[in-house]
Amino acid sequence: MGGSHGHGADQGERLYVHGHSVVHRLPAHVKTVALLAFVFTVVATPTEQFWAFGVYALLLIAVVAVARIPVRTVTTRMLVEIPFVFFAVLMPILGPDPRVDVLGVGLSQPGLLAAWGIMAKGTLGVVGSITLAATTPARDLLLGLERLRVPDLFVQIAGFMLRYSHVVTAEMERMRIARESRGFHATGPRQWKVLAQSAGALFIRSYERGERVHLAMLSRGYTGTMPNLGTAVAVRRDWVVAATLPAAALVACLLAWTVSS
Amino acid sequence: MMRSSDRSDLSQPNAASRTDRAELQSILPTPASLELAGVAFAYPDGHQALFGVDLRIERGERVALLGPNGAGKTTLVLHLNGILHAGAGVVTVAGLTVPPKSKDAKDAAAVREIRRRVGVVFQDPDDQLFMPTVREDVAFGPANMGVVGDELDQRVRTALERVDMLAFADRPPHHLSYGQRRRVAVAAVLAMEPEILVLDEPSSNLDPASRRELADVLRSLDITMLMVTHDLPYAMELCPRSVILSGGVIVADDDTRTMLCNEELMGRNRLELPYGFDPQNLPAPVVRGIA
Repeated sequence: MGGSHGHGADQGERLYVHGHSVVHRLPAHVKTVALLAFVFTVVATPTEQFWAFGVYALLLIAVVAVARIPVRTVTTRMLVEIPFVFFAVLMPILGPDPRVDVLGVGLSQPGLLAAWGIMAKGTLGVVGSITLAATTPARDLLLGLERLRVPDLFVQIAGFMLRYSHVVTAEMERMRIARESRGFHATGPRQWKVLAQSAGALFIRSYERGERVHLAMLSRGYTGTMPNLGTAVAVRRDWVVAATLPAAALVACLLAWTVSS
Repeated sequence: MMRSSDRSDLSQPNAASRTDRAELQSILPTPASLELAGVAFAYPDGHQALFGVDLRIERGERVALLGPNGAGKTTLVLHLNGILHAGAGVVTVAGLTVPPKSKDAKDAAAVREIRRRVGVVFQDPDDQLFMPTVREDVAFGPANMGVVGDELDQRVRTALERVDMLAFADRPPHHLSYGQRRRVAVAAVLAMEPEILVLDEPSSNLDPASRRELADVLRSLDITMLMVTHDLPYAMELCPRSVILSGGVIVADDDTRTMLCNEELMGRNRLELPYGFDPQNLPAPVVRGIA
């Protein structure tokens, strides 16, 4: 694997933006709970109360500002949402009547509303997660999940993904270089067969590595659970600070329900 | 099996006569670190890898297990800590027998103890180092054994010091060089305070400097060692005694220099000295006194 361990080579560390803000300092499990509470509140808000989503957005922008995460970082990472946007775009076109006329195109009114709901709620969730990932090292996130009593097996799987993502990408990269060194260039569907075969080979290799890792774990006394090596402790103040975001959101949500009924 | 009369398998490589050894044995009633008797194994697909392996390694010995690719070396290693279970024969580690495969709680406890006693360092350090930091990885083994708190910290510290990697305790393993990762893998096993250290191809993929650094570390350890390798100069450098595994049985057992000088034996087992390497002109490796 030589030569491939440069700076921020693995996914977990690439997402983390180093800083010393209040948001950075909060224990991971506290932040995770706050984010979950915020997302649930957002999802529970009536879709037609547009102003409420504006309030949520402002709240998130405030958190991003306090954490001093560069705006560019957030906007670039928001691109992961694109596949969902495509789905949302289809809804006004394929949705049921009544139709409304938008720029000369007849669009489904319930479809438009549903699309807005997906877009708004989805974007808020994505930005919230980006903020969490940018202010918390991936490792701490895992320890936080463990502390929140997320089933051990899930935490372990996520942990191994983190540890080995870089090993597997490095292996993939070496296979690509080896392919290209022998004159291979992927230019179209004709080359897909080769790419699929490479993917298959990579899968087998990773699978075999998984078995070897398991053997190595057994050799050091692994019995199914990871030893608990200590996690950060949260004081009441941390909880209070972290609760600001979901609490403010909850107020907006309750208001939205009052107005809509 | 071949066994030369002047083989010395205890602390004094050349001086110990048979009587001295017998005396030493009587003073030290401890059983052999590792004893295999008639170990045979076939994989579930019917392929038989081991055909009755006999091997005895005394406390404090450093032994090289030589053999060509496909001789069954790795299969043998997996028997030593109860990951594979012999179809026939017995493996004993410092007097404790590796139990047969079963779900019995007593056997499970025995297997745990066997795995503590036999520290296996695997060939690819990326297979062995899976925790987010070096410190946590080294703590993994002893923590599984129930060691906690200050004692755990102390174990980790000592193990990392022994391989000269303490300064890297808080680094993620994948940011280390290959040689450093292998040394951490050794520390991860040492932290379990094993009776015997088993190394699978320890010198593979190392540059000459890392190779020398690892040799220095291994030489400094006061521990019984079984080194699986086909790196013959490395065996010559570190292990006074060598055995050859070929076709699933031990076909030779001798002091390393004598063995490497036996061209006919070496050739028969697809073992070749690297170009220009002459074991006759080298000093024999020395093992320090038994702990």
